[in-house]
Amino acid sequence: MASPAAAAAAEENLPQVLILLNPPAFTIFGEEYFTSSKFRFLKSYESSLPLDEFLSANGRPMRALLATAATIVGAGVLELLPDLRLIVTTSAGLDQLDLAECRRRGIRIASAGDIYSADVADCAVGLLIDVLRKISASNRYVKNGFWASKGDYPLGSKLRGKRIGIVGLGRIGLQVAKRLQQGFGCTVSYNSRKKKNPDQVPYPFYQDVQELAANSDALILCCGLTEQTRHVVDKEVLAALGKAGVIVNVARGAVVDEKEMVRCLVEGEIAGAGLDVFEDEPVVPKELLELDNVVLSPHSAVLTRESMMELARLVVGNLEAFFSNEPLLSEYEDD
Amino acid sequence: MWFPKLLPVTERSLLRPFLHHTTNPLLHSSTTSLRQSNLLPRRVSTAAVSPMESISVLMTCPPVHPYLVEALEKRFTLHKLDSVPDKPQFLSSHRDSIRAVVGNAAAGADAELIDQLPKLEIVSSYSVGLDKIDLAKCKEKGIRVTNTPDVLTDDVADLALGLMLAVLRRLCESDRYVRSGLWKKGDYKLTTKFSGKTVGIIGLGRIGMAIAQRAEAFSCPISYFSRSQKPGINYKYHPSVVDLAANCDILVVACALTPETRHIINREVIDALGPKGVLINIGRGPHVDEAELVSALVEGRLGGAGLDVFQDEPNVPEELFKLENVVLLPHVGSGTVETRQAMADLVVGNLEAHFLNKPLLTPVV
Repeated sequence: MASPAAAAAAEENLPQVLILLNPPAFTIFGEEYFTSSKFRFLKSYESSLPLDEFLSANGRPMRALLATAATIVGAGVLELLPDLRLIVTTSAGLDQLDLAECRRRGIRIASAGDIYSADVADCAVGLLIDVLRKISASNRYVKNGFWASKGDYPLGSKLRGKRIGIVGLGRIGLQVAKRLQQGFGCTVSYNSRKKKNPDQVPYPFYQDVQELAANSDALILCCGLTEQTRHVVDKEVLAALGKAGVIVNVARGAVVDEKEMVRCLVEGEIAGAGLDVFEDEPVVPKELLELDNVVLSPHSAVLTRESMMELARLVVGNLEAFFSNEPLLSEYEDD
Repeated sequence: MWFPKLLPVTERSLLRPFLHHTTNPLLHSSTTSLRQSNLLPRRVSTAAVSPMESISVLMTCPPVHPYLVEALEKRFTLHKLDSVPDKPQFLSSHRDSIRAVVGNAAAGADAELIDQLPKLEIVSSYSVGLDKIDLAKCKEKGIRVTNTPDVLTDDVADLALGLMLAVLRRLCESDRYVRSGLWKKGDYKLTTKFSGKTVGIIGLGRIGMAIAQRAEAFSCPISYFSRSQKPGINYKYHPSVVDLAANCDILVVACALTPETRHIINREVIDALGPKGVLINIGRGPHVDEAELVSALVEGRLGGAGLDVFQDEPNVPEELFKLENVVLLPHVGSGTVETRQAMADLVVGNLEAHFLNKPLLTPVV
């Protein structure tokens, strides 16, 4: 049994993993699931010192960083971390990282990979069914006691046969497509950065999101947020989607021109929306709070117990592998 | 996969004046293909001059669907029992004229009503469920009975899945959380993943199979209970509902309501399903011992419930209103514009076929 001094010294020698912002997973699930005997977390956000002073005071080279979806890592931050060789994200999306700069500096990235895809796809499908069949709205109606006093609730719209346009046919988009086409008998088409191999992906491809919208009854946004996808769902796309059209967004709020979408919903230019993400979370445009044809979700598409367990396993696994010079579990490969 | 009920060639040719050219129904979405496969009449037109105008049809259910009411009023003399102040008096004075009844899930034709209508020839139900019709009595008296199978299968199955997702992922509660401004204070709590959960289905008929197909797309293992094991089905059969409940995460009621299936969800089944289990009811309220269900949910002995039907609609136990693991819907299983229209077309089409001495479209008896 090591003496307290020896134990403390051993702790001192453990590699450190920098965290700049408190991971929501620590709060909502528990930090205890992310601990390891092979490394220690160093939380700069617990200090009042600015980052450069904090790092100087710490005095040790920082080789690994645990970044959340909100942890913006650009050239400025990377400048302060010359020894950084690994960023592990708790998000599947990587829009918070300056990928080009990371590549330039030889920094490897391990993302949350595919662990959230099923949950996000389930959320997207759940939101779509909710909007079309007015589940949240009619649940409210019943729980307010209105069924007995006011009569039947207005009819919804049938899902089978609906044309679904998926924007971004990555891991999440593919799972959404499978559920809706194989499960529910919808007809799926998609837009993506590049057309996929038709032998593997049987859905029709649209180069242009506006054309996809014109040929869809519902648009489901599953893409990452990049320069190209920022506000890709704009006034023209919404107009092309039309008065009977529905939007489901499980990507990032900024993929949509939110102000324009709100206007369309308020004025009946589109039929409804299921939204898990917003441009300025947790702020939700107040007009949406009054609408019955909108279903709102607090960016919780990945927040299931099962996903959090998987995330903990992946984060700990990736960090331990890195410090043991073993292959990462979910290394991000640029394509 | 939706399988159409195909009519023999002779019946198809008899129906030709009413119907579109036949094409392969498996290539089209349900109502289009039904329309083209001889199972639906042509969409009702205003030009049709009906020789049947003098036939009295009694609607025993509340007249909630304007399209159906209009279509019936165009063709027949329609009486709405709901708006009659003195029902016994009305039935007595119309006993010799009423030749058809239109009912639904709320009200149909029980033995008492059938006895009061000696000229009754046909009961056409605006539902697939037949629990409000005394089938034995109809058989005995040679009264035809029709319902609306197939056209509503997709919508009911979609709703079952929608309820599963809403309950496990707390979609309705999360929506409430955002609307109340609570998101500004912090994240909503963790919910339960749906994909991969075991779905147990009671009743593997059209609707049960459609639910299974959907759940499979979420990689959910499927198990079921049925009166007898189905040959050629890959899903795991359980010989009792309790056994099924003990071995699944989500239990769905998808069977017909009969005297045998009343309270098929009882205390024992609820206990077997347990504090992590979820019950989905898209069948009929009386499938469930509602008092037992309510106390199990209030006491946390059952993990959650998604309910579209209740013992005494539209009355719903108020103890359920505040529960965040419960989603309550006002019997909307078939509640889409498209499907209600298809159902109405079947009701009208069956009545027309009967009074024109043609084969019924979707007869039960």
